Amino acid sequence: MTTLTMAKALNAGLRRALEADPKVLLCGEDIGKLGGVFRITEGLQKDFGEHRVIDSPLAESGIVGTAVGMAMRGYRPVVEIQFDGFVFPAYDQIVTQVAKLRFRTQGRQSLPVVIRIPFGGGIGAVEHHSESPEAYFSHTPGLKVVTCSNPSDAYWMIQQSIASDDPIIFLEPKRRYHDKGEVDVDATPLPLHQATVAREGTDVTLLAYGPMVRTCLDAAAAAEEEGRSLEVVDLRTLSPIDTATVVRSVQKTGRAVVVHEAQQNLGLGAELSARITEHCFYSLEAPVLRVAGYDMPYPPSRVEDEYLPDLDRVLDAVDRSLAH
Amino acid sequence: MLSTTTADETDLVQLLTPEGVRVEHPEYEFTGSDEEIAGHLRDMVLGRRLDTEATALQRQGELGLWASLLGQEAAQVGSARALGPNDVVFPTYREHAVALCMGVDPIDLLGLFRGVDMGGWDAEATRFRFYTLVIGAQTLHACGYAMALERDGLVGNGTKEEDAAVVAYFGDGATSQGDVNEAFVFASSYNAPVVFFCQNNQWAISEPMSRQSRIPLYKRSLGFGFPGVRVDGNDVLAVRAVTERALERARNGGGPSLIEAFTYRMGAHTTSDDPSKYRLADELETWRLRDPIERVRALLRTSGSVGESFFCDLETEADDLAADLRRRCLQLQAPGLGSMFGNVYGEQTEYLAAQQQAYAEYADSFEMEAGAR
Repeated sequence: MTTLTMAKALNAGLRRALEADPKVLLCGEDIGKLGGVFRITEGLQKDFGEHRVIDSPLAESGIVGTAVGMAMRGYRPVVEIQFDGFVFPAYDQIVTQVAKLRFRTQGRQSLPVVIRIPFGGGIGAVEHHSESPEAYFSHTPGLKVVTCSNPSDAYWMIQQSIASDDPIIFLEPKRRYHDKGEVDVDATPLPLHQATVAREGTDVTLLAYGPMVRTCLDAAAAAEEEGRSLEVVDLRTLSPIDTATVVRSVQKTGRAVVVHEAQQNLGLGAELSARITEHCFYSLEAPVLRVAGYDMPYPPSRVEDEYLPDLDRVLDAVDRSLAH
Repeated sequence: MLSTTTADETDLVQLLTPEGVRVEHPEYEFTGSDEEIAGHLRDMVLGRRLDTEATALQRQGELGLWASLLGQEAAQVGSARALGPNDVVFPTYREHAVALCMGVDPIDLLGLFRGVDMGGWDAEATRFRFYTLVIGAQTLHACGYAMALERDGLVGNGTKEEDAAVVAYFGDGATSQGDVNEAFVFASSYNAPVVFFCQNNQWAISEPMSRQSRIPLYKRSLGFGFPGVRVDGNDVLAVRAVTERALERARNGGGPSLIEAFTYRMGAHTTSDDPSKYRLADELETWRLRDPIERVRALLRTSGSVGESFFCDLETEADDLAADLRRRCLQLQAPGLGSMFGNVYGEQTEYLAAQQQAYAEYADSFEMEAGAR
């Protein structure tokens, strides 16, 4: 067991994947000598060479499009998009090519491409650097979307994503990059597409993923002082959603609050709410509530604290749920 | 005003005139035998016959759409016949004659247009990758594939048996796409073994070449740092010679190059298009005189290297191909939605599996109802 930041855990996971399979390649802007703007790939080009850790031209569609070609020849490219808001030049390749190729070829062509995207706000960044684009990708058949909330998951989930024969959008909560946690490199990890109960409780289920898991755990700790028992489910996998774990929790508590940074309209909360209604209708004591970003473009950083869900907004929603 | 729509003779590689006379070029020559030329004629005639039949099938409602290659036979056959045994092709959706040359069963080309599949051939075995309808997207795939070839140690070994390169096909309209320009950047930056083969057929649906570029397309490559050449795209000998040279360079580690095959889309963009709304019949007549097939027929007839029976046999072979294609097209059935749920993911999700089951139960309920009646 070692203590690592999420950034170091991702680095260690990538290193282990590069060691384990010579077909694994990393590609992205500034990932070589610089080690990426967040240093996630630090030292990897030095150790694995420019042929495997590739500094790409500054062109996101090119990064993803060439990864498709490399995957067609049996490689397992892991590409880095520098920031969430810069994935959109590659959106066409991701949605029309990466997502559909297996289907178009009657299952013949696997496309084991991992697209890493640092996502979410809370770091005081300028525009386009704080967005949460998960719903666009989760809505697209053929893609799988996962996100880690702690260093241990970061270490394991990146390796599991690279080993997957399906294309994976791997969302990294950039504001948690420097959070520390225990990583057991000899453990048997959870399956990639499984949610986990991050904290057990009995009164209300908080459903969160990525950066909001920490927020919800903090909210649950605060609620405990007021005598309320909140359960926190870390979804981990956004497409497919692990419905069973969600349903088990909500059937137990009878109340659910979904928390995400992304804007509310047609976000993950909408889908979760629909599934909970389908499967937990007779267990529900209150409507499913959502705490999310407001339906505006991501605001300037000086007001992002008002925009982003925080402990107080989560607890406010818990109050509203319990008031039913 | 720079001319983009007419090829002036100084920058056009041509080895066979529209009249069927072989001419010399200071840099390029076709060294193949008359037998090979006859083979190229066969490929072009079969390609055109396939195309004519598919157009007819569309008109009769058997295909939803067809993208005709009419007029582009030499560009396609000349480039395809330049391929080495390991070279890989990334086509658009119009390279039917390339597909034929590479051994794709022509019936497999029709599935997409009939609406029963999205490309049914074996892309690994044929080295002919799948059709791509998103304009230019495949040029990046080609570039990535070429980068992978290099990582596999299959570039610059000095043997045609081992070395490999990639040809990315695209059209004049695609040169305006970001993906094509990004592919140029990546290929140049990594010196990837890819030949960018642009069939400039003068029209992107209704938009003339002049809407896409103010300079001849082959000159674009210079800005990216690799060579470009314009070839008479209706001259199968010149196309073959130029493509062979570019492929050899790529296989040897010389990097990418751009070929602009100057040709003409004799038909509509697709069967849904009506060119009479945007171009003059005169233009078509001009290009009819530059037909890629007639000039090879004229050459072979003049040289007398093949007998008259060759031409008759070829017509019969083409008609047989068309009849066989028609027969099998009419038999092509859609596989049913139920079989497609399993093609979305390598590892099926529970969610989609549940939808598959619900769909099957729903579909079965109608059969049970019918059975009960």
